[in-house]
Amino acid sequence: MPDRMPLSLHVPEPEVRPGGTPDFSNVPIPKAGSVPRPPIDVDPREIRDLAYSIIRVLNREGEAVGPWAGTLTDAELLEGLRHMLTLRAFDARMQTAQRQGKTSFYMQHMGEEAVSCAFRKALEPGDMNFPTYRQAGLLIAGGYPMVDMMNQIYSNERDPLKGRQLPIMYSSKAFGFFSISGNLATQFIQAVGWAMASAIRNDTKIAAAWVGDGSTAESDFHAALVFASTYRAPVVLNIVNNQWAISTFQGIARGGSGTFAARGLGFGIPALRVDGNDYLAVHAVAKWAAERARKNLGPTLVEYVTYRVGAHSTSDDPSAYRPKEESSAWPLGDPVLRLKGHLIRKGAWSEERHVQAEAEILDAVIAAQKEAESHGTLHTGGKPSVRDMFEGVYADMPPHLRRQRQQAGV
Amino acid sequence: MPRKTMIEAIRDAMDVSMGRDDSVVVFGEDVGYFGGVFRCTAGLQQKYGRTRCFDAPISELGIVGAAIGMAAYGLKPCVEVQFADYVYPAYDQIVSEAARLRYRSNGDFTCPIVVRMPTGGGIFGGQTHSQSPEALFTHVSGLKVVVPSNPADAKGLLIAAIEDPDPVIFLEPKRLYNGPFDGHHERPVTPWSKHPLGEVADGHYALPLGKAAVRREGAALTVLAYGTMVYVAEAAAAETGIDAEILDLRTLLPLDLDAILASVRKTGRCVVVHEATLTSGFGAELAALVQRHCFYHLEAPVVRVTGWDTPYPHAQEWDYFPGPARVGRAMIETMEG
Repeated sequence: MPDRMPLSLHVPEPEVRPGGTPDFSNVPIPKAGSVPRPPIDVDPREIRDLAYSIIRVLNREGEAVGPWAGTLTDAELLEGLRHMLTLRAFDARMQTAQRQGKTSFYMQHMGEEAVSCAFRKALEPGDMNFPTYRQAGLLIAGGYPMVDMMNQIYSNERDPLKGRQLPIMYSSKAFGFFSISGNLATQFIQAVGWAMASAIRNDTKIAAAWVGDGSTAESDFHAALVFASTYRAPVVLNIVNNQWAISTFQGIARGGSGTFAARGLGFGIPALRVDGNDYLAVHAVAKWAAERARKNLGPTLVEYVTYRVGAHSTSDDPSAYRPKEESSAWPLGDPVLRLKGHLIRKGAWSEERHVQAEAEILDAVIAAQKEAESHGTLHTGGKPSVRDMFEGVYADMPPHLRRQRQQAGV
Repeated sequence: MPRKTMIEAIRDAMDVSMGRDDSVVVFGEDVGYFGGVFRCTAGLQQKYGRTRCFDAPISELGIVGAAIGMAAYGLKPCVEVQFADYVYPAYDQIVSEAARLRYRSNGDFTCPIVVRMPTGGGIFGGQTHSQSPEALFTHVSGLKVVVPSNPADAKGLLIAAIEDPDPVIFLEPKRLYNGPFDGHHERPVTPWSKHPLGEVADGHYALPLGKAAVRREGAALTVLAYGTMVYVAEAAAAETGIDAEILDLRTLLPLDLDAILASVRKTGRCVVVHEATLTSGFGAELAALVQRHCFYHLEAPVVRVTGWDTPYPHAQEWDYFPGPARVGRAMIETMEG
């Protein structure tokens, strides 16, 4: 008889749970500026190490350093700071509005503002994002009216989606923002299909796919990588690794793979990891990947290393599954404070102007909120008609829906 | 008029559509260079090039998911799932995405895709090459579901499906690809060249989705059928001598309720037949609609003849398949009821 040891199942656990002391010493953080910037037509095999490193531009002193620095002017950086501040203020107001019963649900971005705000600035008009529920910065930085976002959140009479969608599941073709599903990862392969279509039509537009660390475990993610690799689709494949999938730490989806970015290597797709709390680094990497796509060099997989400071949504309490102090121990800091510090150091910004900007932005958010609430909130005031419930299932209403609408008395 | 098999008619529909509209693209497993395992796309890649008709990785969710993205861009993808039995990995993309995109985005994005797939048994395909999953799609708001029964319809309905602004599930009864099949598996195959519905007009024509066809006029009872079961019902009528009116539904969603009600109100009796399993099958929907709308016209209970509630077996295929003998018995029972 051969010697048979009993098998045992490995179930990964995060290093620390509530009550413990947060410890990110096992997360290697390379020095800002230390990761090389390859040419966009690089052979993916030559940059495999980028899937295991972290591209960073802002150092601890607030300086922009290294080969990935210099993609944005001061004016653009100030605009980026305003976008992040706006998103943060917007989130705070809407989170409170949900607590006040003005809507059913909300999801905030705290700590992740740089990812979607900076990425948006690397795109051009006509490009299409296939976002998840935590990329509203794509809309804010793209100039989409806040009041329309709020109308959607309130499902009121001006809701562009007629009350059919859960709050924050926005849609705007004109602003390059594909309808959010709510079923996770489905949009990842759709983005690849959209990009393939652009290439089939010899267009110049590119697509951007978005997924969270947890949802990379879905088959849709793998299908997307196969299709993107096979057809060299002009798409940027974005993974936002904010460490937590509701209560599940990222190790459950990542398994034995070193990083999420490394998943791209087997597909021959260039894979980069970037400091997701560094507005400059996010923009530089997004620009690199977008240029590759636009030059018909194919897909790029980007993992944004960040941290979800808030709860997953208004429906969970993170103190039940992770230490409260974990977010302050997160080694990549806060994206707003880091960009602010950089601009102050450059002499392009000051504490006074920052306070003033925050006040102006809050006023603008409150003004938008007042306007939205004048058109109703979920349980009060104007709301979409019940008749709208039956519209838009098909381009033309079929007889059975017509009969049901009559039955409903609308 | 030229005679075509159902395969040739389906190919012709894609050919005509691709020729008229360069936003129509065709892809799926083995559909490119080789032209599909049933040859439905043979020659399309040669004619329209590799970016209009191409092979896809073995990933049904990838095929449908990519098609949805292409449709959002503005193309009209007509994709093939090699067997309806393989569609389940794509089910989430079809149900949660394709079917709801127009609704959830308030028309901002739409999804004009066609998902073609061979359906049904009769070819000794066993449990993974014989299923009839139509009811899984008729239960979904936002889809259209088409099941053609002959070459002339297949072409016109597929062209209509490709031109439709919403997602269409196009189920092709594979046992009908090469000829009408009445369930008498022991007899030689009748080719479409000997059947009047094998005459397929050249060029472009579309048949409206949501319109049934009367295949046999009759006064004694109504048989509601689609796909292969149309011919089984015809055989059963001939063999029992019952003057049945046979309705070929052609489109299950939207359903031609007016045609169904007109026929049942005339005959007062109704037999519903399909190859799919009984419980929660599309026949349940038909029976419920008939009893609700024709209650005072009915002389007998509505009877369903379907596949048994088992997986589709291999060796026992003809014991599973609801052939003309079973359909005939149900017709007699309904006449006596």
